[in-house]
Amino acid sequence: MTYVSDVGALARKDLLLELRAKETLPSMLLFVISALTIFHFALPSGTSDVAARGLLWSALVFTALLGLTRAFVAEREQGMFDALILTPCDRSAIWLAKSIAVLAFLAAAEVVALPAFAAFFHGLNGRTVAAVALADLGIVAVGTLFGAMAVAGRARELLLPLLFLPAAIPIVVGGVGGYLWFLALYDAIFAVFAWGTFEYVIAEAA
Amino acid sequence: MKLAALTTLAFGAAVALIFFYAPTDADQGFSQRIFYFHVPIALTSYACFGWGAWKALRYLRTRDERADLESYVAIHQGVIFGALTLVTGSIWARASWGVWWSWSENQLVLFLVLFLFYCAYFMLRYSVDAGPARMNMSAVYALFGVVLIPVSFLAIRLSQRFIHPIVFDSHAPSNMTGAQWLSFLVSLAAMLLLFATLYNVELAGKRIDAHLRELREILGRRLDGGPQRAQAPALPAPERESA
Repeated sequence: MTYVSDVGALARKDLLLELRAKETLPSMLLFVISALTIFHFALPSGTSDVAARGLLWSALVFTALLGLTRAFVAEREQGMFDALILTPCDRSAIWLAKSIAVLAFLAAAEVVALPAFAAFFHGLNGRTVAAVALADLGIVAVGTLFGAMAVAGRARELLLPLLFLPAAIPIVVGGVGGYLWFLALYDAIFAVFAWGTFEYVIAEAA
Repeated sequence: MKLAALTTLAFGAAVALIFFYAPTDADQGFSQRIFYFHVPIALTSYACFGWGAWKALRYLRTRDERADLESYVAIHQGVIFGALTLVTGSIWARASWGVWWSWSENQLVLFLVLFLFYCAYFMLRYSVDAGPARMNMSAVYALFGVVLIPVSFLAIRLSQRFIHPIVFDSHAPSNMTGAQWLSFLVSLAAMLLLFATLYNVELAGKRIDAHLRELREILGRRLDGGPQRAQAPALPAPERESA
């Protein structure tokens, strides 16, 4: 029970912070809409739905990356990591809470992005929406793990895309192809992996 | 030393077998012989990544700093073999299909993904200051890699269904003759031995470096704090010591 309340408290902290500062979500929203607009001009007219769907996935991955880059910024700038490590809670709870917070931002951005995509391009089907929902879980699970790594380094914002994008290739494949079972498999494998290894990533991070 | 001699021997045998013993492929001709380099290099690269991940696991379990260095060296070798896989695969694609790159070649695409992933390993390592934090992160990242290999492989197979409707049959002949198997296995053994040799050399070098740095620090501290501080300039002395 304490585990759940720890996660709840930590996630609530992130959401509250965002609600007051309003930094991450507006930039994600603007980014995804700008990206879709750029894609409209990048695609020649008469391009197939499949091509547009591929662009939707790249827009989503990069939007998620934007949110993930911001995820640990407050902790780093305010020296919060030490406080988090000293908290008497399981360290995987920190990962879970952070993932929930980023998932909330990503979902909020997609609530706008998906209808915008449907309006700009050729509509959406239920399968794509389901695939996006499943992909979000994997993106957030892996991205939060790597985000905590990247923030400890000197390169920071530069490092996260390098770590994250190769690992995100299977998500794009599963998403574009609409392989829901594959996305679910990816989520399950890497959520367990990140949950189990997060304590090592954050333990000595300063 | 013994290992290096054995490697040289195995390499000589492999090259001799590949060029003089293995039968020339009826379909692809002479260029098919690159198969005996390309595939063993690729398999060795997997072995490197696997070994690196195993050492990473050992590090996380035992907190033994040597395991961290071993994991790093193994992955370093893996990236080098991975780059060679990409190069040999590209040459093979050029020789047999006239293109430098083919997205329909599963293994090649997988190696591109892995190459990108493991190159970021070095970015991570160079970006974080040396210490337990870096060792932990490197270990987690190395373990992530071996989980990613099968997942990426599955993804790439799936992607062919909607990106390339026509799947090339893997051109490694599935029913290889005895002579082909022999050449292939000797070449594989030679590559694995090469990995083992390079791994040992690199590891010994890194350890000597680390040891030397420690000695220098100790010596530097002695000279700085000692009574002779005013007479001798502190820095050149350790330098002379190391040479």
